[in-house]
Amino acid sequence: MRHTISVLVENKFGVLSRVSGLFSGRGYNVESLSVGETIDPQISIMTIVTTGDDQIIEQITKQLNKLIDVIKVTDMTEMDHVEREMVLLKVAPRQADKAEVLNLTEIFRGRIVDSSPKTYTIEITGNEKKIEAFIELMKPMGIKEFVRTGKVAIAREGVRKKG
Amino acid sequence: MKMSGAEILIESLKREGTKYIFGYPGGVVLNIFDTLYDDKEIKLILGRHEQGAVHAADGYARATGRPGVVLVTSGPGATNTVTGIATAAMDSIPLVVMSGQVPTMLIGNDAFQEADIVGITRPCTKYNFLVKDVKDLSRTIREAFHIATTGRPGPVLIDLPKDVTASKTDFVWPEIDVRSYKPTYEGNKWMIKQAAHHIAKAKKPVIIAGGGVILSGASKELRELAEHTDTPVTMTLMGLGGFPGTHTLSLGMLGMHGTYYANKAVQDSDLLIAIGMRFDDRVTGKVDAFAPHAKIIHIDIDPTSIRKNVRVDTPIVGDVKNVLAVLNKVMKEEINEQWNEVRKAWLKQISVWREERPMTYTWSDEVIKPQYVVEKIYETTKGDAIITTEVGQNQMWAAQFYKYDKPRTFLSSGGLGTMGYGLPAAIGAQLAFPNKLVIDVAGDGSIQMNIQELATAVINKLPVKVAILNNRYLGMVRQWQELFFNERYSHTNLDVVPDFVEVAHAYGAVGLRATKPSEVEPVLKEAFRIKRPVFIDFVIDWKEKVYPMVPAGAPIDHMLFEEQEKKPEKKLKAVR
Ligand SMILES: Cc1ncc(C[n+]2csc(CCOP(=O)(O)OP(=O)(O)O)c2C)c(N)n1
Repeated sequence: MRHTISVLVENKFGVLSRVSGLFSGRGYNVESLSVGETIDPQISIMTIVTTGDDQIIEQITKQLNKLIDVIKVTDMTEMDHVEREMVLLKVAPRQADKAEVLNLTEIFRGRIVDSSPKTYTIEITGNEKKIEAFIELMKPMGIKEFVRTGKVAIAREGVRKKG
Repeated sequence: MKMSGAEILIESLKREGTKYIFGYPGGVVLNIFDTLYDDKEIKLILGRHEQGAVHAADGYARATGRPGVVLVTSGPGATNTVTGIATAAMDSIPLVVMSGQVPTMLIGNDAFQEADIVGITRPCTKYNFLVKDVKDLSRTIREAFHIATTGRPGPVLIDLPKDVTASKTDFVWPEIDVRSYKPTYEGNKWMIKQAAHHIAKAKKPVIIAGGGVILSGASKELRELAEHTDTPVTMTLMGLGGFPGTHTLSLGMLGMHGTYYANKAVQDSDLLIAIGMRFDDRVTGKVDAFAPHAKIIHIDIDPTSIRKNVRVDTPIVGDVKNVLAVLNKVMKEEINEQWNEVRKAWLKQISVWREERPMTYTWSDEVIKPQYVVEKIYETTKGDAIITTEVGQNQMWAAQFYKYDKPRTFLSSGGLGTMGYGLPAAIGAQLAFPNKLVIDVAGDGSIQMNIQELATAVINKLPVKVAILNNRYLGMVRQWQELFFNERYSHTNLDVVPDFVEVAHAYGAVGLRATKPSEVEPVLKEAFRIKRPVFIDFVIDWKEKVYPMVPAGAPIDHMLFEEQEKKPEKKLKAVR
């Protein structure tokens, strides 16, 4: 099963390679990994999307916890949470499709962040389903390239662990 | 008063109680070596190879329980430590390894003798540091010792750029608090109670004691548990000495080369009490077929050890000593059993297995059997020695035919299985215990991997004994080729083995040799009388194999025994 794991780490030299080294050294999957600062600049947060059966996920969280620089590990999948990802997508639609591209962007509450005579660059934020649906719809329009940020996740306030 | 980084380093090491540094000099650590030149309190033991220095520090740590300290130069000095560090990491041995580094200005420029040792050792250290500012130095050293010695111990590396050791600042000795590192020492009370109830209900329980028992100093508590509840104890390789090998409840070692009765008992048991061990594949054999009827209680300080390889019914995270103390209390206060009645049938069954297949070997009048050498070492020393081993058959015979009654008397590379460990480890142990007999049980292959350390022993007057079980082969690998590769001995015949007696002489040590069984005891006695390092070349039966043996990947009660050998001897290619 797929899990989204949040890892609070000391914002220290080498911490990213300690975490990624753990995944590669032990053969765990990483689907996406994003890192950024938190409100405390000495602490960073990593959001890791990984897959594995219960035993593997248990090992992943324990192994992460064991890393000296890791302060806290939360398996977001076990609680109510909000997940978001952003994609920047460059399309080169035929003249006839241009309106449809703009229309879909609107429907998905995206924004055109750059345009050229031949292309639009669109920014879409949302959960994975939404991002994937948008990419699907854009495929026939002529996607040139896209870049995804990987997921970030945050727990909903005032909720407890799912049973 | 301003002090240089080098002076701060030495002062910090003193505050951490360091008496010996195992090391080797080089360009970027000249400042530190220069400071050591005048120092009266800390002695630097100059190895002859950085790997040897790390193993010596490791042997010192295993023998004493105190962290081993290492100092080497950058680049090749640092990379030479990697095998030693990985050896310590696999067996949870506390080390603080300091490597010199090129000046901070040059880091990343492929400078002369630059190696990214922090990157290289990241997966084989518990933690590592690059010190970029002399102001951080004393704190870093304190944190390094703290991390190395607490929780599940392990090696920590500190990389020290040359400019950091040269520049000056005020010395401070700060209190430390590593907020992201808080090992769990106390076991969960409820889980401990649950464990007690499992033990009370079990008909066929077995304790498996691992290296964690020794690391946490829990031998007394373990013995109390075993004796109070009349529960038999088997040990992993790392656990040998954690429970007395001569005790009636001891089943010896389990696993690939474990005793028949230990493996049988584990496979038949209805409850395993696993203490400070991690279910290595050499212990479990085929995991799916491991102890199929048993509930498992697993006590370990490292949560990742639990449920990594086997299912566990009662996990208890905590320091083994603490957990056992509480468990013993619960057993005594809350559970009322006539233990010797309850366990009678089970212990009877175990003694049947014990008699069915005791640990034996076939005696010969003509050629020395390696098991006999180990047995004689045990008899001659009356078990009062520190035994180190190399890796291979020698290691297994040393584990099987010597009875370890006390912790920290069997020092062996278990997890990594590092050939070349034994001699330097013996040197470290001898340094800590100058009046003890320290004996490296070696193979002719392994001993050549760090043979240069004999110079370290000679120069420091460390009277280590090296019993080379010389079979002229990489014996353990040859054994696998014989059993599983149709006797195709690809590159395991060493052909040219040096004359170890002459080698010893060349280094200024003593060399002795035994070629006949009758010579074994006299030569050992002579060696143990001599107060200098001694190599003893035991020319042994090269055909001898380690039995029992569980083929890799088989369940541990599917064992091969010596008498099942059907192969005619002449099929084996004669050696010299
Ligand atoms: C550094 C290292 N290289 C290779 C091996 C693989 N290996 C395991 S046992 C062994 C043979 C050891 O031969 P020897 O030291 O003569 O001991 P014996 O088995 O003959 O007692 C080898 C090569 C190892 N364990 N360590």
